Amino acid sequence: MTLLEVQGLSKRFGGVQAVKDVSFGVEKGTIKAVIGPNGAGKTTLFDLVSGFRAPDAGTVRLRDVPVQGRPPHAIAALGMSRTFQNIKLFGHMTALENVMVGRHVRSRAGFLGGMLQPPGTRREEREIALAALEAMDFLGVRELADAPAGSLAYGQQRAVELARALAGGPEILLLDEPAAGLNMRETADLAKLVVRIRDRGVTVLLVEHDMSLVMGICDEVVVLCFGEKIAEAAPRDVQRNPDVVRVYLGE
Amino acid sequence: MRLPRRVQVGAFAAAVVGVQLLAQAAGKGFFLTQLTMTAYYTLVVLGLSLLMGYAGQISLGQAGFFAIGGYTTAALTTLDLSPHRGQALVGALARARVLAARPDLFGGEVLSVEPWVAFALAVGLGAAVAVAIGIPVLRLKGHYLAMATLAFGTIVSSVLVGTQALGAADGISGVPAFALVPGLRVSGSSADRLRNYYLAWGLVAAAMWLLLNLIHSRIGRALGAIHGAEDAARAMGVDVARLKLQTFVLAAVMATVAGSLLTHYNGGIGPSEASVLKSVRYVAVVAVGGMGSLWGTLAASSVLNFLSLRGYFGTWDDAVFGAILVLVMLFAPEGILHANLRAVLRPLGIGRGGEEGA
Repeated sequence: MTLLEVQGLSKRFGGVQAVKDVSFGVEKGTIKAVIGPNGAGKTTLFDLVSGFRAPDAGTVRLRDVPVQGRPPHAIAALGMSRTFQNIKLFGHMTALENVMVGRHVRSRAGFLGGMLQPPGTRREEREIALAALEAMDFLGVRELADAPAGSLAYGQQRAVELARALAGGPEILLLDEPAAGLNMRETADLAKLVVRIRDRGVTVLLVEHDMSLVMGICDEVVVLCFGEKIAEAAPRDVQRNPDVVRVYLGE
Repeated sequence: MRLPRRVQVGAFAAAVVGVQLLAQAAGKGFFLTQLTMTAYYTLVVLGLSLLMGYAGQISLGQAGFFAIGGYTTAALTTLDLSPHRGQALVGALARARVLAARPDLFGGEVLSVEPWVAFALAVGLGAAVAVAIGIPVLRLKGHYLAMATLAFGTIVSSVLVGTQALGAADGISGVPAFALVPGLRVSGSSADRLRNYYLAWGLVAAAMWLLLNLIHSRIGRALGAIHGAEDAARAMGVDVARLKLQTFVLAAVMATVAGSLLTHYNGGIGPSEASVLKSVRYVAVVAVGGMGSLWGTLAASSVLNFLSLRGYFGTWDDAVFGAILVLVMLFAPEGILHANLRAVLRPLGIGRGGEEGA
């Protein structure tokens, strides 16, 4: 079953065609990567898919629901979660509070509930905390629960951000350059983690620079160059694709 | 500082009782009048504190909402419909208790809107205006949002000064007492002074309790998330525009409630309550108390408003609040009650430093 389907997606910024007529699908339960040299339009593509930018043309369908042009919070409510290239934690909140925000889409208490604290809201609050702690457990950062997020080390921040993205139980998780700033060993750990996330039943779409991460774990790879898709295949085949080799290594 | 909320609010309630006993024991029972007024202004700044410190939005138009509350109440409860008593509509409204009769000073009878009805209309109007203003204005950020809300406050103020039916520069007086329940009415008469003191500060305690609950709830975390990293908040499903609007409306409603009740307490309202200088004053109080600190705002408001209402700042009143705002922004942008102030003052040779906390 195709969980996410992108068709004919295009976005232009002034004179730059950042994304041009890109189409691909992500099968449920798989790991898919979007790779390409700097400026290939990977992050723009992510922003179009997750609702941070509206496309000029094309459609994005999540579980067959068209979501292009919808605001990010509405797309998140349909089961999409994401992380950011430059980790965006809520620095003045604790790690646990950060992860609890990740549960926002799966909870409902509003202003009145928050102020009056009826039993239903309290119960929901406990559920939010439990789900958040479970996600932190999964990432191995439960002991950081009470630490201010702004004070954490870089690798810990990445883990907390991932826990936050998972706490809402998304169908699909978008990872924007998750290996940025990690050393080889940490990247290897991340690869195992992404596989564990997939095994949890979460479909993963990631944008990445680091080939070692992509080639080892992805089921399929989309290669972008100057906003256009130049290849889509299994990692092994992509490596042999002459266009891809030319883009990465030069002629 | 990690005391449970109910202990914090309990300590505050004890302080309220303590201040009252102290004032009576010192033979300064009349202080309770200014303290009661202080409580209502505190309601305004608590709402503003939530908006500024937790939702990260500024409003220089809170006096406008206060005035909407006060003037709606004043206009409706002083409107005399007794000459129209014969008309079917007026008669029906009177029978439905939307209108209430009371004796006037000259032995006649005044027929005007029941205070509860006026109060409900005032709060409804305040909320409706907040929604109407908030939807376009909250798309703006920083200075632009400040300018837009300032413009709103200026408009309300000019309209009030220019409207004869609302008393123009004189405002509206002769607002009756507001009987909340039998035995408890919002009124400035000295017989009701003690009860009104507890009523007003009871409302502050209740507001404090509700707001503390709120900032530790799902909504409070979402507000903090917007403040910390708006993009990430949106990606986690937080509807930023909606949350900002709801907070704006909540702050406006608190200002409207305060305006309505204080107008009953004072027996009237004048256009100075709507002036932009009042809005600046509210922002200054929140700034002194510290962004994101409801207790700090409460403390700053209690002290500054009381001193101002007792007339300690004399003719410099507005200048004092303006100067406070400038000084706080320069030397203690985190608020005076924030521990950082020590670090700021020490290099300047002020204060010794030493003990921790604040």
